[in-house]
Amino acid sequence: MLELGKYAGAVLSSWGVTLGLIGLLVAVSWVQARRVKAALDAAEARRKGGA
Amino acid sequence: MEDTRVRQHNDRWNWFWAWANPVKFMAWTGKALPWFIGLTLITLVPGLIWGFFFTPEAEGFGSSVKIIYVHVPSAFMAIQAWGMMVVASLIWLIRRHHVGALAAKGAALVGLTMTVIALITGAIWGEPMWGTYWAWDPRLTSFLILFLFYIGYMALWAAIENPDTAADLTSVLAIVGSVFAFLSRYAVNFWNQGLHQGASLSLDKEENVADVFWQPLVLTLVGFGLLFVVLVLVRARTEVRKRRVHALMTRERMRDA
Repeated sequence: MLELGKYAGAVLSSWGVTLGLIGLLVAVSWVQARRVKAALDAAEARRKGGA
Repeated sequence: MEDTRVRQHNDRWNWFWAWANPVKFMAWTGKALPWFIGLTLITLVPGLIWGFFFTPEAEGFGSSVKIIYVHVPSAFMAIQAWGMMVVASLIWLIRRHHVGALAAKGAALVGLTMTVIALITGAIWGEPMWGTYWAWDPRLTSFLILFLFYIGYMALWAAIENPDTAADLTSVLAIVGSVFAFLSRYAVNFWNQGLHQGASLSLDKEENVADVFWQPLVLTLVGFGLLFVVLVLVRARTEVRKRRVHALMTRERMRDA
């Protein structure tokens, strides 16, 4: 097991915040991308159907 | 004669600007993204594992030196992100390529996240090292101002309805804010005072951290850089698609009216 000594709290909280925020950013970007792509596909389908 | 020379010069660069055409941008980024994602995974994951599990304690820092692997790359990318936004904004202002403005818009949240990570991890590291979470030190202060510029930039995009006007004003803000991005990087060199130490990575051998810390740090820096590219491409592609959805919806509304 990794020994972090008296700085364990500082190290673990720094890494936790970093990985948490990056994970959140990746998730938000991915969900937005999926949602907008679905909206565009639907709009394009309507356009083709109406044309 | 002069006109012909200018036209020849413009023609020579047409191949380059063609990549900023939205259709071409979506095509090449669609092909490039899986490669960038793969490169990000093979640099970032080993870099972080190496930095966290396989680096020794540093004299005077103990195990807190492991914070360097998240603090330095995030701070570095926070500044580079603003630099990229300035270049993309200049492309919009000078050439009126929409992809330039949309790429800058897409990069803002990534840059803001990196700035927040750098500020929080710096504060967490500062407490055991300097005995305080915060000090009005030149680098810390310029970084806080950079954070406020990111917030302002995103708020401006959200506040203005006309996308071209929003792109114009946010581009100007990006150029103004570049002063603080530059200061965030070089504040330590300009004012030889404050708590923050100098560069962790430098071409000057005496300033550089030891190889045992330096090697995984370079790997995480490359990984963070590639992660930034991936996220900006994904977000810029989303913005391009949003524009297309907006255009199609407007056309539908006009047809129905």
